[in-house]
Formats: sequence, structure tokens, C-alpha cells
Amino acid sequence: MQTLPDHFIDTINAAIENKQPLRIRGGGSKDFYGNPQALQHSSILDTSTWQGVVDYEPSELVITARSGTPLAELEKLLHDHSQMLAFEPPHFSTAATLGGCVAAGLSGPRRAYTGAVRDYVLGTKLLDGQGSILSFGGRVMKNVAGYDVSRLMTGAMGTLGVLLEISLKVLPKPAVERTLRFQASTPEALAIMRRCTAEPLPISATCFHNDQLYVRLSGAESAVQTAHARLGGDEIKDKDDFWESIRDHTHPFFQEGKSAEKSLWRLSIKPTTPPLSLPGKQLIEWGGALRWFVTDEDTDAAVIRKHAADAGGHATLFHGNKTAIPVFHPLSPALLKIHRRLKQQFDPAGILNPQRLYTEF
Amino acid sequence: MNTNQLIEAFRKFLPAEAILHEAEDLRPYECDALSAYRQLPMIVVLPRTEAEIAAILQTCQAERIPVVARGSGTGLSGGALPHAEGVLLSLARLNHILEIDPAAGTARVQPGVRNLAISEAAAYYGMYYAPDPSSQIACSIGGNVAENSGGVHCLKYGLTVHNILRLRVLTIEGDLLEIGADALDSPGFDLLALMTGSEGMLGIVTEITVRLLPKPETVKLVMAVFDDVRKAGEAVASVIQAGIIPAGMEMMDKITIHAVEDFVHAGYDLEGAAILLCESDGMAEEVADEIERIRTILQASGATRISLAQDEAERQRFWAGRKAAFPAAGRVSPDYYCMDGTIPRKHLAHVLEQIEQLSAEYGLRCMNVFHAGDGNLHPLILYDANQPGELQKAEAFGARILEICIEAGGSLTGEHGVGIEKLNQMCLQFNDAERNRFHAIKAAFDPQSLLNPGKAIPELHRCAEFGAMHIHRGAEKFPEIPRF
Repeated sequence: MQTLPDHFIDTINAAIENKQPLRIRGGGSKDFYGNPQALQHSSILDTSTWQGVVDYEPSELVITARSGTPLAELEKLLHDHSQMLAFEPPHFSTAATLGGCVAAGLSGPRRAYTGAVRDYVLGTKLLDGQGSILSFGGRVMKNVAGYDVSRLMTGAMGTLGVLLEISLKVLPKPAVERTLRFQASTPEALAIMRRCTAEPLPISATCFHNDQLYVRLSGAESAVQTAHARLGGDEIKDKDDFWESIRDHTHPFFQEGKSAEKSLWRLSIKPTTPPLSLPGKQLIEWGGALRWFVTDEDTDAAVIRKHAADAGGHATLFHGNKTAIPVFHPLSPALLKIHRRLKQQFDPAGILNPQRLYTEF
Repeated sequence: MNTNQLIEAFRKFLPAEAILHEAEDLRPYECDALSAYRQLPMIVVLPRTEAEIAAILQTCQAERIPVVARGSGTGLSGGALPHAEGVLLSLARLNHILEIDPAAGTARVQPGVRNLAISEAAAYYGMYYAPDPSSQIACSIGGNVAENSGGVHCLKYGLTVHNILRLRVLTIEGDLLEIGADALDSPGFDLLALMTGSEGMLGIVTEITVRLLPKPETVKLVMAVFDDVRKAGEAVASVIQAGIIPAGMEMMDKITIHAVEDFVHAGYDLEGAAILLCESDGMAEEVADEIERIRTILQASGATRISLAQDEAERQRFWAGRKAAFPAAGRVSPDYYCMDGTIPRKHLAHVLEQIEQLSAEYGLRCMNVFHAGDGNLHPLILYDANQPGELQKAEAFGARILEICIEAGGSLTGEHGVGIEKLNQMCLQFNDAERNRFHAIKAAFDPQSLLNPGKAIPELHRCAEFGAMHIHRGAEKFPEIPRF
């Protein structure tokens, strides 16, 4: 019987022959993410049934799984061994898969404190645009043999290859978590967030919205206790629900951003940037390095992108009118040249998620 | 273009003292820390600015002259070995710390800045740069980016790739790439990761923004002695299984213990078959808790002696032994050859046993130091280059160790890079299609293959030849058939 990767190879070969763009799709939880032009005339390469944990030994701190493995299933397995994905990936829906998580390269509330998905990717097995199965990296913590193709795949939105298998470093779950709440203005909240980063405190997330600053502490009981005493603030009860609503965008702020005639902008900027004077509502994460804005749909994208660039970063249109505005921040001509060449090398026929990342390739 | 013409071309934008071409001036650049490979370059240039580097690259590109970048020359895989018909581009004079931003927790530095100099400058703000390769007193941050250097604290704090935010890179085609950002991510492909560990093959890094961390309040170190390497290996797994990520976890075998104890008098137990150093850092209360838990686990794992460094001086002394392993090898043997394989930790005992067998087979001693937390082995093969054939024996022994690491599911290099040294083993770790993709990545940045050509990724014909040798192990069939 034909294996699933063999079927993928056939699909790719047929796509090359018919010049038929493919849309790589796991659970479809991030269908909204990326340029919509990619959806036109493409047929789906479905990875959602390519499931299963290939290797997991808790004492090695490494898990290897197939790309279609549901994220929730993977996290449940890790949880049973008191471990976790330290980058706290967004799910957006219960269908989210490991492959989509790595391809989108999105990380959750913990990112500013424990690292991003790319920091935990150790190895990948992938299928490139010529139907070759390739393995890069491995299942060990340190590996500098050859270029770091595994991390190159992370966040490439499937434009360079179909992820088949991914090895990730995992971390032990903290013994204790506690979330503190403070009443604060935007400048005050940013100042507290910076203080939390400058001192060696066991912080694992920060979020500010509607004059409320939330700080999550994670670690040994003694560490959390001491940090709480130093920082003050009120402990909140439903902390897991709160952080999940921020991670998965089910919080009312994000719900509004997804609604009609509104746009949700993600500005990733230098964390010490003073409050940005942009119209609309704001939610701040990552110690000031991530600023979400819900604006009216007709707000000028160029203005938002200029603010982000001036603050040392970039702006992504998460939800909104994506047919009129490119989703991802434009690249400099020099960087675009390198991107196009890399795309050309991995997918010369241009069949893997064309235009999803940038309309130029 | 001959040497004189090239000097003339460089003289248009470089002072005379920044161009070296006499054999005696070139000699110090003939090798990096892997001195078994030596080659004089045509010319050495010592620019001071990014503009000078751009002009050098432009000249070399126009004339198709290879360029090999070099930081401090402490690399262990021959990555900075000069090209006979090429220019050696020393970045040592770009040695300024341009900016420290304590509020953002970043430092912007030039590539020639020494690794330790960053932490020294950041200390004023109570901060430091986490990756700490043993050569940190001398090695440059640019070289660290080229090799994705680690150190003894990288299980908890990560490698270079986890601790840099932004690079300025000049391509051989003259483009300036701004890679990464002052933000935590940037749009498009992760070129920051691609550049890190690329061994000077893709571009010349002219500026680096690194992440600084607040210094931990408290640091404590436990030393445990084991009468069996296997027990020490199991102890490492048990610590991690218990949910502890130590700041550092290092192991040494008996021959290493003896060599370093003679050298630095660290107070190591000479009866032990293995010593494990396990460090905890953080807030005072959590460190106290963690150290207690670590002690309990080590005890249960069969440690014959456990000592907690009583003060900072003792902690430094315990570390001094581990950090002096390489010079200690140099003391007990005229020459040593350092390997850098990584393995899944569970195979440690098995791999060490195989190394011991090979040691007997080749008649060469081998010291083993081990970044136990992240499975990175540094076997030090002791040999005497003055004995005919010993270098070749050491190299063959080393190659076998790397093959064992690959067979165990590991990698041929954890942090030292492939360079010129491990090209053959790259043929084992990657197949033709994968190596082709590496070449394709290089071509995307450097279509004419002028930057550090011939390093890191073997050409297909080399692997074909090596594959033949490898399979037959000297007992080549049909020797009359011409091969390549």
C-alpha cells in the first residue's frame, strides 16, 4: 500500500506537471493567516492525517512527531510527563497541528521569557518542491553540521517545503504558576514590564489591556513566592483561562479585532518603545515587545507600518481586508532578492503555498 | 590579478599597514586553532570599518578572488584556514562595543569584539551575555555567530542562535542585509538562524546585536564523584527527569580528572571514575531548593561523594578543572586532537565504551569531557605528532568517534563546526540531495562561491570518493578500476 508521504510526492509531481499551486493544510486553524491570493486556484495538500509521535523520551527533553499530529494531543502527552512546549503556541482552534504551528512560526505569551518556536526546533524531515524527502538537524540539543534548514522552515509558511516530521526541545513544566494583576496606565505598565525583564525574576508572561496589567510567575514555589512579595499585585483565580484567551485570541479584545469592519494589527517592536500613538484599542504583551491594535478597517496601513518600522520592528495584518493590504511587512529589496532565490532553490516550480507569505513568490 | 595588482587595488581605500603580504607577516594567519591544517593566504587585510569591508568584497568579487573571514582564530575545525589564492579578511580590528541598552537588554557590537568583553562591559549594568565557550577570553563574537558557539551554560541559556537579535551582513554581491530586528521576531524567512553557524560561507557579518540577561542573584555548584561512568550518565538523566534544568552540567572521565588535577589542583577525587559538576542559578530561595533536590538525586544515583562549593572561590576552583581540560591535555601529551560529537544522552555509556575500545585499538589515550546536559562530547585524543603516523592514527580514531556519534542518532559537530576537518563525515550525516540543498543555499547568497569556498559542505565527488573508502575500509576491491 502506498504510504502517505509517497502520496504527497505524487501530489507534488502532478502539481509540477500541471503547474497547479498547492495549499499545504493541516487542521486549517490558521487558514486566515497569510495572503488570500494564495487561496485562488490552489488545491489542498492535506497533512492532517499524517499523525503520530515518532519518538519521545522525557529525560532527553526531545519529542519527535509527524506534522499532522494535533497540537492538543502533543501537549497532553507532554503534560502527562510534566513537560511542555515552552513557546506556548497559539492553537486558534482544536484542529491545530504541529506542522502548522511550526510553519506559521507563531509563539504565545511565554515567548518573551522562554523563547520562540524557532528556538525549540531541533530537526525537521521535509518534502521540498521537487518531491525530495530531506532531513536536517536532528534529535540532539546541539548540532552545527550544515546550515540550519530546520529553523529556516520555521515561519516560512510552507513556501519552502512540506513539513513531515519535527523534533522539538521540550522543557519541564514549572512547579507553580501564579498570575498577578495591577491597576496601571500604559506608561506605568510598560515601566513595570521592563522592570520585570531587568531583574532575574521568574516571569513567564505579561499582558496589559484596559488599565490592567497581568504578570504571570512560573517556577519553584519559593521563587514564585519571593517574586510575588517583591512585585506586589493581586493574585487572580482563573489564570489558565485568561492566558488561554490571550494565546488563542478568544479574549473579547481579539474577538473585536476579528469582527467586520475592524482590523487586528500585530506590531512586533523594540520592547522599550514608548506608548504608540495609533488609533484604536490596544493590548500589549511580551514585556512591551508585542503590541496588538484593533483599528477601523480603513485605517491607513502605511501609517501603522511606519510606526512599527520606526520602533525597530514590523507590523502584520492579522485580521482585516487582506486583499487590499499585504499581510506581512514588506522586505527590503536586498532581503527580497535572497528570499526569491531561496524559494527558487527549494521550490523551482513555485507550487508550494505561492504568494501566501509575499505576493512576489 | 596577481598579488601586486591586488595590493594596489586595496591601497586605494586601505592604509598600507592594513594589508599584509610578506610571508613572515602572513605566517600568523596560516591556521586557526586546528593547527594540523596550514595554508598561507595570498594577502591578509585588516579593515577597520564596514565601508572598507564592502570595498574589499567588491574588489574580490570583481576579480573572482576567494575571501576567508577570520575573527580571533580560535576555531577548532579549520573554518578560518586561508585559501592559497585568496584574501584572508581579518575582522579583529572591528572591535568596538557600539552601544549597550540596559533597558532593552541588548548590546550592539562589532564582530571582532571578544565574547568575554561583552559581559565585562555589561557587568556595570548587572547584566551579561550568556553563551560562554571555553575560549571566551579570546574568541570573537563574529566567530561565535559563524560557529553557533555554545558553552557550559547552554542547556539552560541556549546557543548563540538563541542569544542574538540582529545582524548586519554584507554579501559578496555588495548588498547590505539587515537581518533580524530590535523586536523579538522579523518578517520573512528566519535568515538569522540560517546565518548563525554558517561558517563564513554566506556573508560577512559586520555588526551584531546580542541579548543581555540580568545576572542571577545566586549561583551554587555541586560536585559529585561516581565509581562508574554509567551511573554518572544515569544521574544526569535522573536530574532532568525530575524537572530540573541545571545552569550547567558537565562530566569528566578518570583520565581527564587525573590530567586536570595535576594541573590546576581543583580538589578532584582521583579515585573517581567520573566527576559530575552541576550548577544551579537564580533567586537565593529557589537555588537553595534546587541544590537540595539535586543532591538527593545524585545520592540516589550512587554518587560516592558529593561536595557543595562552600564559597565563590571554591566554586571557581571546581570549574577551573573543567575549563582547563584542554590545556591539561596539552600538558600530558605533546599533541591532542579535540572532537565535538553530540549524542542522545541515553547512549552515553555505550558510546564511551566504544571510544575506550577504539583507544585500545589505535593505541592512543583519549580524555573525555562532556557537556552532559546537552549530549555534547569532547573526546581529546592524545598523540605525538613527532611520532611518524600518529597524527594519521589520531585522525582516523577521531573520524571513527564521529561515525559512532552519527550512528547513535547524534551529530558530528555540536559547536565547533565542520570547517575543513569534518567534510568527510558530512557525507555520512547527509545524503546527496541534502548536501545539494546546502550548496543551493550557499548559491542564493554567494552564486560564485567566493566566500570560504571548500569548507563546511563537501562537494559531491568528495563524498563519492569517501563513500568508496568508507565502505571498504582500506580493503578496496578492484583497485585497478580508475575512480574519479
